[in-house]
Amino acid sequence: MSKKDRMSGNEAVAYAIRQVNPDVMPAFPITPSTEIPQMVSSYIANGEMDTEFIPVESEHSSMSATVGAEAAGARSMTATSSCGLAFMWEELLVAASNRLPLVLALVNRTLSGPININCDHSDSMGARDTGWIQIYAENNQEAYDNFIQAFPIAEDSRVHLPVMVCQDGFITSHAVENILLEEDADVKEFVGEYHPEEFLLNPGKPVAVGPYAISAYSMEAKYNQEQAMIRSKEVIREVAAKFKEKFGRGFELFEQYRTEDADYIMLIIGSAAGTAKTAVDELRDNGMKAGVLKLRVFRPFPAEEIAEALKNCKAVAIMDRCESYNGHGGPLASEVTAALYMNRAEVEAVSYVYGLAGRDFTVETACGIFKELSEAAEGKKFAQHRYVGLRTRKGQ
Amino acid sequence: MAGYNLKEVMSRPERLASGHRMCAGCGATIGIRAVLRALHEGDRAVIGNATGCLEVSSFMYPYTAWYDSYIHNAFENAGATLSGVETAYRALKKKGKLPEEENFKFITFGGDGGTYDIGFQSLSGAMERGHDMVYVCYDNGAYMNTGIQRSSATPQFADTTTTPVGKESNGKIQTRKDLSAIIAEHHVPYVAQTTFTKDFKDIHIKSEKAIYTEGPAFLNMLAPCPRGWRYETADVMKICQLAIDTCYWPMFEVDHGSWRLTYEPKKKLPIEDFLREQGRFKHLFAPGNEHLIEAFQAEVDKRWDDIVYRCGR
Repeated sequence: MSKKDRMSGNEAVAYAIRQVNPDVMPAFPITPSTEIPQMVSSYIANGEMDTEFIPVESEHSSMSATVGAEAAGARSMTATSSCGLAFMWEELLVAASNRLPLVLALVNRTLSGPININCDHSDSMGARDTGWIQIYAENNQEAYDNFIQAFPIAEDSRVHLPVMVCQDGFITSHAVENILLEEDADVKEFVGEYHPEEFLLNPGKPVAVGPYAISAYSMEAKYNQEQAMIRSKEVIREVAAKFKEKFGRGFELFEQYRTEDADYIMLIIGSAAGTAKTAVDELRDNGMKAGVLKLRVFRPFPAEEIAEALKNCKAVAIMDRCESYNGHGGPLASEVTAALYMNRAEVEAVSYVYGLAGRDFTVETACGIFKELSEAAEGKKFAQHRYVGLRTRKGQ
Repeated sequence: MAGYNLKEVMSRPERLASGHRMCAGCGATIGIRAVLRALHEGDRAVIGNATGCLEVSSFMYPYTAWYDSYIHNAFENAGATLSGVETAYRALKKKGKLPEEENFKFITFGGDGGTYDIGFQSLSGAMERGHDMVYVCYDNGAYMNTGIQRSSATPQFADTTTTPVGKESNGKIQTRKDLSAIIAEHHVPYVAQTTFTKDFKDIHIKSEKAIYTEGPAFLNMLAPCPRGWRYETADVMKICQLAIDTCYWPMFEVDHGSWRLTYEPKKKLPIEDFLREQGRFKHLFAPGNEHLIEAFQAEVDKRWDDIVYRCGR
């Protein structure tokens, strides 16, 4: 039986961690994810869970220790944000290449500089090619649900890859919303026991982890990693189907909101999808066929599925809460336009950068973007890499 | 440890197989095998390793030279990585996921680059948190794996590829970081400096203490490198003996806060005896450079006196 409660996204993830009760959790404080290790520490201090918490001296060490613990045979996880993730960079690659199914609760925050504690996706987007599965949440409920699904996805023998479960810093991590929480026993049953196949602490069956591999072997290792990422798509769907069966809430690789007959679609990740949906409802009331494609799974990237979903619309706004500094669009824009091209879906596409370092994204802004899309579809020429919500010279 | 028996210790099964790719005359390999001989029969171990010569030479896919479970993660995080492994052991034991009778020990090896420098924070964190593990630094006094660049463990005046001797240079400018003392100041249960001598007694006893003392332990092991130090490979044991007889490498332990000298040369030899054997110090013997040797001797004396003072308190 689900129970209704009110929680912030950080509380929801900490609650899920308590329910999963992983064996080991090293962590280091960084805004806005700090509450997660704090709350876990309180749960442990009060005897509500018995995870071994390691208060490491840096995020580099939190991921290093998580790698060590997972390789040793323990279900392990950590949490971080922003510069913490950047500091882990090398270890993200090591975790994935060692095929360790650990889980990272990421609370998205911009990267320095200027130093700023608020939300954008530059941290996780920067780590998009480190070999991790990335799943994003729109709200606290999804943060909770995605976290619970992360372990069965990561630990599936067809996958064996680490999973980054992302939610928007402050916007969902600190905002208190209604939430449905599942029973401890049901969550434990869903996640199951962890039975690693090979691990350091396997008595009498020693294993060596982290080899030097010469060129004659390295490329196959990387190829196999990519194959696992490809296979993970199906596993993510299977786990979502089991989740729906058990808890009633369904998930896909992405959510399509009023897109079936849409002329104009906004493709967006995370909490801003909620704002976009409100804009779509308003525009639909005024006769515009607008829709939202909310991307939940960014890695593996559902290229074919996105192209299929977009192929019949007149124009798509690709919304990046992150800059690539490449001169022609954010990372999502690069991936989506490549997907459209590779799948021969000829759709007008405009790349928008929004909400950097916590800049507000409003219904009004979203409506303005849909208006631009309709103009673009009618042949009006304007730059295809655009910023929204910038200050003007007048100081607005 | 009165019962130390060289023959018995040397007859224990090797835990690092021959056939690894370390150099002839490499001190690290000799020392590491000596450390592993201190593991009691029946005890299992997980060996950690910072990136370095030892890692790339002992675990080149698809071959491993390690009989025990082994993990290499990266250059700078051997301390943190093994702290994760050790914590996993406690977690799995607590939850009944490992057989009660299974006994694992945790030993990690890193060179001075991975220990004094890039892995310093990770080591400090692991020691401070109190993990039941041993960190063994095989100190060969430079980044040997990448081609003999200076580290903070490199002695003053050493000729390295980033402190080359030249018309305007006498080699490394700075003196060595005293890492053993720094780790001792973490107030961990056991810290020792050691190297291998002809009876291997000192390194054996200290290794056994380090492994079987509950909590974090740190061993700093002088490990000559024939490539970086430029000595004849057959002379490795002689070099170690000279290092301790000149008091260049003081042999001591800090057992639960109590400092103790474990070797005092009957006659302290002049530092030239240690330096002369090594190509990296060749320039010190050029006419007109006597003052450099004097400066080297003064530094050795100062540090030795300091250790003697600490051990006499």
